[in-house]
Amino acid sequence: MSIVSKLPARAGIGFKPAHFRDILAAPQPLGFFEVHAENYMGAGGPPHAQLGALRERYALSVHGVGLSIGSMEPLDRDHLMRLKMLCERYAPASFSEHLAWSSHNDVYLNDLLPLPYTQLTLARVAEHIDEVQTALGRQMLLENPSTYIRFSESTMAEVDFLTELSKRTGCGLLLDINNVFVSAKNHGTQPLTYLQSFHFDQVKEIHLGGHDEEVDDVGAPLLIDTHGSPIADAVWTLYSHVVARAGARPTLIEWDNDVPDWPTLLAEAATAQDILSDASRASAA
Amino acid sequence: MPAPFETSFADALLDANRPIPCGITAHNATVPARRFAVYRNNVAVGLVKALRSRFPAVEKIVGEEFFAAMARVFVTERPPRSPLLANYGDDFPAFCAAFEPARELPYLADVARLEAARTRAYHAADASPVGAERFATLDSHAIGDIRVIMHPSTGIVRSPYPIVTIWAMNSGEQKLAHVENWRGEDALVSRPYLEVEVRALPPAGAAFLLALTAGWPLGKAAEAALADDPNFDLTGNLAGLIGSGLVRDIVHPEPKKYWQS
Repeated sequence: MSIVSKLPARAGIGFKPAHFRDILAAPQPLGFFEVHAENYMGAGGPPHAQLGALRERYALSVHGVGLSIGSMEPLDRDHLMRLKMLCERYAPASFSEHLAWSSHNDVYLNDLLPLPYTQLTLARVAEHIDEVQTALGRQMLLENPSTYIRFSESTMAEVDFLTELSKRTGCGLLLDINNVFVSAKNHGTQPLTYLQSFHFDQVKEIHLGGHDEEVDDVGAPLLIDTHGSPIADAVWTLYSHVVARAGARPTLIEWDNDVPDWPTLLAEAATAQDILSDASRASAA
Repeated sequence: MPAPFETSFADALLDANRPIPCGITAHNATVPARRFAVYRNNVAVGLVKALRSRFPAVEKIVGEEFFAAMARVFVTERPPRSPLLANYGDDFPAFCAAFEPARELPYLADVARLEAARTRAYHAADASPVGAERFATLDSHAIGDIRVIMHPSTGIVRSPYPIVTIWAMNSGEQKLAHVENWRGEDALVSRPYLEVEVRALPPAGAAFLLALTAGWPLGKAAEAALADDPNFDLTGNLAGLIGSGLVRDIVHPEPKKYWQS
């Protein structure tokens, strides 16, 4: 594990091809761009042409969505090799993946699915993280999931599970504050309680995104992690709280569905950047 | 290592008739069916969306509702085997051909083949096409023996239906209108630079290009094309081939040794 994850502690935006012209038209007030690894695993064509142009100008975060690290099955070696090639080609400042599984019995389920938190799953996920970090020759960041259900077999809290994984493997953590909020509301807990026990020293990136609201089996609100709307006020409040406590961290605006125009995304990034800059000034004073 | 939670979870995700797995719970419900349905919905909707983005003309032809229903059957029967969703649906055209409710649209599967070829071209390896000057300098005696290495993005879809016209009308390339000249069209799909191009091939153009792709020398490929259609125009096809940026390289035959003549 030679390369340590290191993005600039500024606001960044998840790249969408629809914004490519706007982005290249002028220098953008952003610290980095993030892309989904699986969209850049073809041999050539416009995806690589665009990613190459972005990488020349900005720091890059490669964010995987298909490695299925939280699975009890062995990792897909072919997919791991594709990630390795991508990281070697673009030398990103950071590589991250999810505490979730998405493949089973050779079927790719295309969703970030939850796992029970037990000593058994902990050991298995730690093995997978070791394998990824060894194959890529770099530290990876692991993202906390948004969840809608719980497993009765779980014996550990999610925060403790993540902390222990980071301790055992040396991986960094990607703190998705929208996911913290969504999961807490869905499980009848307090997002602040979760954040109070989170080990901020391992947090190398923060994600902010929007969610939708539906209703669950008893008619209570059920929040869905959709990345298709502005970041909720409550999530901004939690973000300010985290930055005030932990200091400025690289912060990504994630908007993957019903993608808005470029100025709308820039405005969200500017809000995050203001909060980051305030924290930097406060710590310098 | 046993993974009971994954197996029961995955089985219930793909089959909505199964009960939600044991051991799945919520703080306010012991059998949280609506919560589990979020995952079921994410899987189905996400995969249908992947097919919609790969087959937009097929969706336009059959309508959103019909497409969603057809895609949902496909997703259930043939879920993806790889996290690279750009390749998902390579067998969707064959599925369309066998899909009973779409029987009235016999051209649908070929339009789907054309669209599948477009994504393959989009993601194909990059290569600079050779220019016309490379052909101008060829020795006219040896021209029949050269082999043409095709651009990696090249895709050919043959059809007894006017698929290029139908595709163009349902992808915003051409105004939607009655197809006056209902006859077979062979599509050439390529991406010499960054834009994917689709065009209808002239008579026997497909036979000619398929022979070249298979590695046949130019002379033999021209013979195959003439056998396919006596109207085959070698000069016109060659000019089209070069002008479309479809030639990645030209390989000259090894010079014959004196004892071989």
